[in-house]
Amino acid sequence: MREDLGAIYVIWLREVLKFWRDKSRIITSLIQPAVWLFIMGKGLGSSFRGPGNVGYVEFMFPGVIGMTVLFTSVFSAVSIIWDREFGFLKEILVAPISRSSVVIGKALAGSTTAMLQGSLVLVFAPLVGVQLSIPVILKSLAVMFLLSLALTSCGIAGAARMESFHGFQLIMNFFVMPMYFLSGAVFPVSGLPAWMKLVAVGNPMAYGVDALKQIILGIQEFSLVRDITVILSVTVVAMGIAVLVFKGEG
Amino acid sequence: MQIIEVQKLSKEFKGVKAVNEVSFDVAQGEIFGFLGPNGAGKSTTIKMLCTLQKPSSGRAILNGFDVVKEAREVRKSIGLVFQDPSLDDNLTAEENLDFHGRIYGVEGKARRARIDEVLELIELSDRKKNLVKTFSGGMKRRLEIGRGFLHYPKVLFLDEPTVGLDPQTRNAIWEYIHQLKVKEKLTIFLTTHYMDEAENCDRIAIIDKGEIVALATPAELKETLGGDVVRLVTVNNQLAKKELVTKLGIFAQEELGGLVFQVTEGEQFIPRLFKELDSEILTVTLAKPTLDDVFLKITGREIRSDEGAESTTALIQRRRGRRG
Repeated sequence: MREDLGAIYVIWLREVLKFWRDKSRIITSLIQPAVWLFIMGKGLGSSFRGPGNVGYVEFMFPGVIGMTVLFTSVFSAVSIIWDREFGFLKEILVAPISRSSVVIGKALAGSTTAMLQGSLVLVFAPLVGVQLSIPVILKSLAVMFLLSLALTSCGIAGAARMESFHGFQLIMNFFVMPMYFLSGAVFPVSGLPAWMKLVAVGNPMAYGVDALKQIILGIQEFSLVRDITVILSVTVVAMGIAVLVFKGEG
Repeated sequence: MQIIEVQKLSKEFKGVKAVNEVSFDVAQGEIFGFLGPNGAGKSTTIKMLCTLQKPSSGRAILNGFDVVKEAREVRKSIGLVFQDPSLDDNLTAEENLDFHGRIYGVEGKARRARIDEVLELIELSDRKKNLVKTFSGGMKRRLEIGRGFLHYPKVLFLDEPTVGLDPQTRNAIWEYIHQLKVKEKLTIFLTTHYMDEAENCDRIAIIDKGEIVALATPAELKETLGGDVVRLVTVNNQLAKKELVTKLGIFAQEELGGLVFQVTEGEQFIPRLFKELDSEILTVTLAKPTLDDVFLKITGREIRSDEGAESTTALIQRRRGRRG
């Protein structure tokens, strides 16, 4: 048990260290949320309004945080494919540590970096007219962490057996983009046709974005308890699958 | 003491036996070489010993632990240097070693001291804080070997440790391996398909088509070939041939304008040759049999290709041409 904790820590440490070292990546990954907020948000905002009294850019703000968390999580999960490609995964898989600690370490690292990356988007809040208090910031950080834990776990389960980056493009186009659009980040889920709503209900992103909206804007589609329950359940199931997939190989 | 005991170990992939009832022991502190062409079952055997693949049948005990039932204990007892690079290029040499030390439970102060000690031995102390991506191929290989024994394993597995390295670096790597045996009292288990390198081993198992076809010291294996090959060119080969029979009791074969024959301990034999022969000697060459020849003799094939059987002399001549 103590050995496993040590292993989780060191796997986490490696990823976070590399994230921290790559300052240019941290800065450049702020460009995308900025584009969404200030170009898409302001542009669409001139024609559309968000639900209730909320302006469109404000409405998008939690969604853009969610997007940043989503993309960073996927990027972290994909680090497994990098590790495999460059051989480092073998070093991890042959070590006297359990497969669960590998998955948990990777997932925690992904959620740490995604939370840090997402928290940087909070800097834009004053520019889009969103007021943030300390409790709101802390609650948002907690949701970002939990959401990215779920998303990274899903990503790891998907990437664990992937041998190349070809599959990654596929995942981006077929899963990640629809997950983003059908999460209520860009438009509310409630107004959608029935089949799209069905997809949205099965989308873990939707619950994360909903939770962020409740905390930051006070608008909601589901209850916060439901949001968190779904996110945690997805995390547990995805991690379980990821461990099983990993156990299957050597 | 036997550090590795293997009994009738087999691995089947979809009905094909990659490793077929292999049995051998490795003594503590020896350099044990696994020699064979690609696809002979070397890597599969190593993977089973390292718990990365489960045997289809048979048993393997490493450091007293069963590779199937006590996989974690086995993993703690071994260091593994892979054939392909497995370092994190975006971490420094020190960080790569630190990661390894932590994941293998080498704690705190002891770990830091050990990292310095290892870097010293592989002569990379001055590059401690440099990112691995700035390293040359030889430096990376050294670092990988250093990482492999950082956690005080009992057995260090080296899968093709010098593949893709230039001859000078290869020699340097071998020096490190010999040092490790002495300084760290490690048992070293390595695979190679370089015949000249296999001679660095204390014992060699030759594996072909999933089975061990020979297991002995390099010297013993070479003895099976019947000695060193001498090639002699004289002014009068016919006369020399007769003289060899009458004076030295040697039957030589004529080949390409020279005489070819085998003797044991060729170095001592050549001075006798000059003393005894009246025919004027133009050239003498002495070829020590190599493990190439052994492999060829045992399996009927050359190690690097499957081109089929070639005669020993043809092989020797070809090699001479390559070296000359």
